[in-house]
Amino acid sequence: MTYVEDNKELIKEVLEAYPDKAAKKRSKHLDVYEEGNSDCGVKSNKKSVPGVMTTRGCAYAGAKGVVWGPVKDMVHISHGPVGCGYYSWSGRRNYYVGTTGVDTFGTMQFTSDFQERDIVFGGDKKLAKLIDELEILFPLSQGTTIESECPIGLIGDDIEAVARQKAKETEKPVIPVRCEGFRGVSQSLGHHIANDTVRDWVLPKADEYRKLPEGFEPGPYDVNIIGDYNIGGDAWPSRMLLEAIGLRVISQFSGDGTFNETVMTPLAKLNLIHCYRSMNYICRHMEEKYGIGWLEYNFFGPTQIAKSLRKIAAQFDETIQENAERVIAQYQADMDAVIAQYRPRLEGKKVMMMVGGLRPRHVIPAFEDLGMQVIGTGYEFGHGDDYKRTEEYIQDGTILYDDVSGHEFEEFAKKLNPDLIAAGIKEKYVFQKMALPFRQMHSWDYSGPYHGYHGFAVFARDMDLAINNPTWSLIENPWEAK
Amino acid sequence: MTQNTENNLTPSVVSEAGKIQDHFDLFQTDPYQDLFEYKRQFEGAHSKEEVARIAEWTKTWDYREKNFSREALTINPAKACQPLGSLFVAAGFEGTLPYSHGSQGCVAYFRTHLTRNFKEPFQAVSSSMTEDAAVFGGLNNMVDGLANAYALYKPKMIALCTTCMAEVIGDDLGAFIQTSKNKGSVPQDFPVPYAHTPSFVGSHITGYDNMLKGILECLTEGKKTETTNGKYNFNLGFDPYIGNIRELKRILQLFDIDYTVLSDNADAFDSPNTGEFKMYNGLTKLEDAADSINAEGTFFFQKYTTPKTQSYIEKEWGQETFNFRPFGIRGTDEFISKLSEITGKPVPQELVEERGRAVDAMTDSQAWIHGKRVALYGDPDHVFGLVNFLLELGAEPVHIVVTNTNPEFETELQAVLDASPYGKDATIWGKKDLWHLRSLMFTEPVDLLIGNSYGKYLWRDTKTPLVRIGYPIFDRHHMHRYETLGYQGALNLHNWIVNTILDELDRQTIIPAKTDISFDLVR
Repeated sequence: MTYVEDNKELIKEVLEAYPDKAAKKRSKHLDVYEEGNSDCGVKSNKKSVPGVMTTRGCAYAGAKGVVWGPVKDMVHISHGPVGCGYYSWSGRRNYYVGTTGVDTFGTMQFTSDFQERDIVFGGDKKLAKLIDELEILFPLSQGTTIESECPIGLIGDDIEAVARQKAKETEKPVIPVRCEGFRGVSQSLGHHIANDTVRDWVLPKADEYRKLPEGFEPGPYDVNIIGDYNIGGDAWPSRMLLEAIGLRVISQFSGDGTFNETVMTPLAKLNLIHCYRSMNYICRHMEEKYGIGWLEYNFFGPTQIAKSLRKIAAQFDETIQENAERVIAQYQADMDAVIAQYRPRLEGKKVMMMVGGLRPRHVIPAFEDLGMQVIGTGYEFGHGDDYKRTEEYIQDGTILYDDVSGHEFEEFAKKLNPDLIAAGIKEKYVFQKMALPFRQMHSWDYSGPYHGYHGFAVFARDMDLAINNPTWSLIENPWEAK
Repeated sequence: MTQNTENNLTPSVVSEAGKIQDHFDLFQTDPYQDLFEYKRQFEGAHSKEEVARIAEWTKTWDYREKNFSREALTINPAKACQPLGSLFVAAGFEGTLPYSHGSQGCVAYFRTHLTRNFKEPFQAVSSSMTEDAAVFGGLNNMVDGLANAYALYKPKMIALCTTCMAEVIGDDLGAFIQTSKNKGSVPQDFPVPYAHTPSFVGSHITGYDNMLKGILECLTEGKKTETTNGKYNFNLGFDPYIGNIRELKRILQLFDIDYTVLSDNADAFDSPNTGEFKMYNGLTKLEDAADSINAEGTFFFQKYTTPKTQSYIEKEWGQETFNFRPFGIRGTDEFISKLSEITGKPVPQELVEERGRAVDAMTDSQAWIHGKRVALYGDPDHVFGLVNFLLELGAEPVHIVVTNTNPEFETELQAVLDASPYGKDATIWGKKDLWHLRSLMFTEPVDLLIGNSYGKYLWRDTKTPLVRIGYPIFDRHHMHRYETLGYQGALNLHNWIVNTILDELDRQTIIPAKTDISFDLVR
């Protein structure tokens, strides 16, 4: 049998453990890539199967944890019971610069801590009062977002009315986000809902809210960085590269971003989008409404960085294009040195990945820059357009798994025997117990940045230290024969 | 506005020393510091003077008064929600799959939270309910969910709790489980204990109680015999120190007591790396849990975590319950004396010597701790044990914040504080959160803070050194493997406290030719 056929057979075996109905559902989410296929052959963005261990989160996680949460100078209220805000408190490292609790609030948790009486009588009055209290204690906050938890949508609260009233009274934005966790099938709908609140509650008033830098004139090189959440500081080396080629970044939405940067966005000439999955909606809207184009880029690994810098520069004039070439050339020696150091230690190593909505494709070339091969990949909450975009990154025979279950992932790993698994915290220790090297690809395992040239050096170092960690050789004890 | 200059743009990826720079170094370099400064003009930021002025104001009594006038807003609470405790207790039973009925995102959060604390895999499933279930109820999700979980993960028991979604729409768990069984999702005799665990009632300790009671009710049904089985049951509550379970078992073995630990999740949160992933590591055998109804009595170490379970055991089982706090010296003395009493055996020499060593250690370091003013926070029972220990050391608890408090607990703890000369300055701040504590620590400073990892923000802001004792601890490794229980546990607590104080003294005296006069070699 060929490699492709072997892997197809493997998928069949893995599905055998499910009851029929679940097997039928899951079978549509697993496939082997064959060159020439147009959509990776998997269904996506469907409901997870009940009782089957999914890694997915919810709309609240997408809206609060991903899109709005990193906007550093606003207070983001977890509206409802205490848990959602508690579990998402400081979990993602959306790095920012600021005095926390005074002019920035990123690593704090604000909640209306719903009690039974709030469920019974409704929480709108409490919410209104809470926003008054925020104004007293945090006078420098630049506004508030209200992230609804499950009960809010079920008890019929009118958070929009509260938001309108309080925005008027406080003369600051108050943005209601209907991201109850039962909406949609994953974080993904939360991203969309949060994007829509930018469209409906922020951009229409952008001119009113905007504070321009003194002497600011819109320029031909103004761009926004969209959808980089600054995990471990990723957005900063990215910004540095864009500025180095002569562009002016006027906004980061939302990693290390501010409310003012959000309302600066319509002034740009181009939206540069890192995470397509979570922010394509607002880019499309801005294209339609303001005629601002958007461009996806990939700053993982020197091959893609060069490609992306050239693609971005091609949108501008020759000066920018020359600058891009200069910057690429300037880092060539550094990148050669990093690759010379790490590639011999990583050459031929096989990787299986499972991440959110972007990295399952974007990180593949960075592994390849180090001589590594990705043999399986899949998204936690990707859509069809993500899988379409994945084709150009993968090779014949790559196994694809959408919303992969614990069972499937473990079985694939047992059979395919990768040298590294790159996924999330919930998977990490499962595979480490299986003596499989692992790196978290959501959080960079508390390392980073991984974006840009600076990030690639850190990435290379981290993959090496995971795979070539000497403790793997200690796991087998000397007394029990394997 | 400021223009960008080219010379600040492109630093090399390795430092001059040839080291790859990650976030710890990279963002401290000039080019990145310049980038931050340049970016500021787009941020619509307040002036640095204004930020500094407000920052100072947040440290004042005026701010404290406004902060304590809050009625609707909670900031940085020291409590989680019910299902977390339910999953935690369920994981201690043999072959048990925790199952959360409701929205699926909750389970992702619980698993992540527990995993980050213990650095162990944590497996649990969800009914993955969405909009249609919000309208029609979650029955279909449960029928499919139980069938799939049973077929795929082959558990011996599924312990089912709820998210607030299922609670708000009013899903009838008992009826749903029976319907699922009738439809063949799981065998009729397969145990599916359940608990209603709405997040808008109580906290994670409430969920612990509800699930434990649910599991015991389910497993012990019809198991009551004429005579007792000669065993004692032990429950530790929502105790993240799995070393405590192992220490307890060691002590019980020294007395040769036949016991059942009700929820022994020591291995669930600390399993050996053998190169093979084992899904189930709960050590309490279902058979033993079922027989727990026939025990001589049940010991509890967290009174305020387990009120419903205790009342159930007393009323329904007709069994005696005992509450002890084997933390610190006297708390352990009381517990050990009780073991001696119920067994009729003298206290084993090994324990007597351990006690002596712990007291010896406390006496050796006593001068560094005596009179130190301490702020602490956490769950009621956790805080209770710590306060007892601090008072034994002559440290003075000052601010005691318990977000998930209750009046009975406060009365009991107040009596303990009143009885000690070291408890006179203490205030129990029930239902308050860590933002309240920030105000307390600025207006009435203390020498030491004891709390979980979230305490590091208070450390940063108030410069009060932090001893990490509690849950969660995300930013230090392996703390949960140690015991805080018994004399050995007292030694660990003592070690963490005194050496944090000494570390802090070093930090304060480390500047050459300025503060290093007191940078002493011998302390």
